Amino acid sequence: MRMAWVVAVFAALVVLLAVGLTLNPREVPSPLIGKPAPAFELPLLHAPDKKFSHQEMRGKVWILNVWASWCAPCLVEHPVVSALAKSGLAPVVGLNYKDAREDALPWLKRNGDPYQFSVFDATGRIGIDYGVYGVPETYVIDRRGVIRYKRIGPLTPEISRDKVQPLLQELSRES
Amino acid sequence: MRASLLLLALLAGSAAAQDPALDKRVAGLAHELRCLVCQNQTLADSNAPLAVDLRNQIREQLKGGASERDVIDFMVARYGDFVLYRPPLKASTLALWIGPFVLLALGAFLLVRRLVRRRAPEQQLSEAERARAAKLLE
Repeated sequence: MRMAWVVAVFAALVVLLAVGLTLNPREVPSPLIGKPAPAFELPLLHAPDKKFSHQEMRGKVWILNVWASWCAPCLVEHPVVSALAKSGLAPVVGLNYKDAREDALPWLKRNGDPYQFSVFDATGRIGIDYGVYGVPETYVIDRRGVIRYKRIGPLTPEISRDKVQPLLQELSRES
Repeated sequence: MRASLLLLALLAGSAAAQDPALDKRVAGLAHELRCLVCQNQTLADSNAPLAVDLRNQIREQLKGGASERDVIDFMVARYGDFVLYRPPLKASTLALWIGPFVLLALGAFLLVRRLVRRRAPEQQLSEAERARAAKLLE
């Protein structure tokens, strides 16, 4: 009887720790899901004298992808972002985060530019508003300007296929 | 010329640290908030670029007249409760707050039960056993 107790407690502990091991402590639930996307107005990466405001995307389902030329995982997810952009499900806007133009522009030239355009957040101030802490990050924003999904870390083909694309299709049907 | 430049640089450097009261408030908040890049460090302890940015953000906001509460709300709105080293008491954090006390109570209960059992009166010897013991001791 006593032995059974010890085994039961041990088994419970094993299950608890096993579940803990499969969780990713870096994936902090974002408080921004379901909230309006923070407002911003930033210069374009390609044209410093032109500005883009989040207001311009009102009425559209769109993707905001935070990237930087110094960010190695951004290179890893690049083909996935490119494929997503090519699918035409939603426009992908880049947020070039704490980067330098002379690094970012050649990076796009080298690896291909999947973005409709990128905005240039040199100080990372807008990144703070979006709760960015692990580049790359990806946001899906709906027609009303509400953040519906956030991915911290690189998009994988599986996440793009199973989460992002179905969500985009669903949101495009919403009016 | 060079000396005066050096002096100027020193003056500029000290200008940033001229407000000890503000420094203290910034440090106080930075010790309460978690750096999200290196998750087991506070903003005060971390040198990650994001931690530096957030410390500057705290300083700017306090300078602009924000209260400690305002700054904490600002951080929580963006990074969630996880950014707080002392998470608020609510339904989702209940296990975190009362879990240790539940375990403590459980441990105390088991300990007391065990001690009480051990103190239970020992079995009386039967007449035959008593006689045998006496014989062995002779």
